[in-house]
Amino acid sequence: MGEAPHGGAEVINKNSGEMKIDQVFLFWIIAAMTGLSSIMVVVTQNIVRAATWLLFALGGTSGIFFLLGADFVGATQLLVYVGGTLVLVVFGVMLTAQGPFISMKTGAAEWGVAMIVGILLYGVLAISFFTGNPLTVVQPNQITETGPNTSLSSVTLGESLLGIEQASPPGNWTGAKLPANESSGSEEIKKVRKQVSYLLPFEIVSVHLLVVLIGAAYLARAKRRRGAIA
Amino acid sequence: MTPDLNHYLLLGAVLFVSGALCMANKRNAIGVLMGVELVLNGASINFIAFARFNPIFAIEGQIFALFVIVLAAAEAAIALAIVLNFYNNHMTVDVDTAEELKG
Repeated sequence: MGEAPHGGAEVINKNSGEMKIDQVFLFWIIAAMTGLSSIMVVVTQNIVRAATWLLFALGGTSGIFFLLGADFVGATQLLVYVGGTLVLVVFGVMLTAQGPFISMKTGAAEWGVAMIVGILLYGVLAISFFTGNPLTVVQPNQITETGPNTSLSSVTLGESLLGIEQASPPGNWTGAKLPANESSGSEEIKKVRKQVSYLLPFEIVSVHLLVVLIGAAYLARAKRRRGAIA
Repeated sequence: MTPDLNHYLLLGAVLFVSGALCMANKRNAIGVLMGVELVLNGASINFIAFARFNPIFAIEGQIFALFVIVLAAAEAAIALAIVLNFYNNHMTVDVDTAEELKG
């Protein structure tokens, strides 16, 4: 990250100094683990092994979140995803198991088609990343006011969720730096980037989660057999 | 090689493509559910990467990633309830046997 010739690079290097090499090393290790695990989820035919590979893929994703400075989201990913959702999936595997090791084989022709489609889809995505994407000019050195090692604290996250604090600095949508005379925020930018609160989406998600859990409990309740008692 | 935005996006694309293939290719309904989880994780990686590399999304990216996590939990709960119901009725979780609505 340090080779960037932009202005804010020194700020990060001052804070994270010798951590740089470790972060690069960690990124490649975790990225390789996450990618290989997610590919193995597809390749393996055994649903129990797929669940185990999914565990490593989700854990690696939370590691990527930590590397990107999103501590709170990484911790939430570990708690909710790895600790909650994956346990739910494993319970589903156990409740629907006909034997200790189930395999519903996919045909060879289907595998061939899936490989071709997957490679094509990945090619399209990769090409679209590397061509004509204005966001690729962004350097990670522009976040300078979010504490040591550029990670947002959960306090900042919660306060901006409530609309108390506007933590995202003003800037262009493409991520390019504003001209120097506007970096303090011109009137127009300030008008666009007013105080944004995510309280309403938070409430909607909360009620949605409540409704979904009631619905899940209703759907999964123990039913009497069909036609036993009308 | 220092990772930049594109490397994170490529990693997210690996998870997305794996999840899409998993959804299309698995015959076990729970395998399909795992594919959905992988797709949502790929999207989360993209959100967090943009939050890190584009300062005006510093908060928004993380908040949307949190919403994705919550919605994934809700989706997993409801999908597992449906799968359990299907298993109670059909004694299997092979999605190829779910053909009552076939026209």
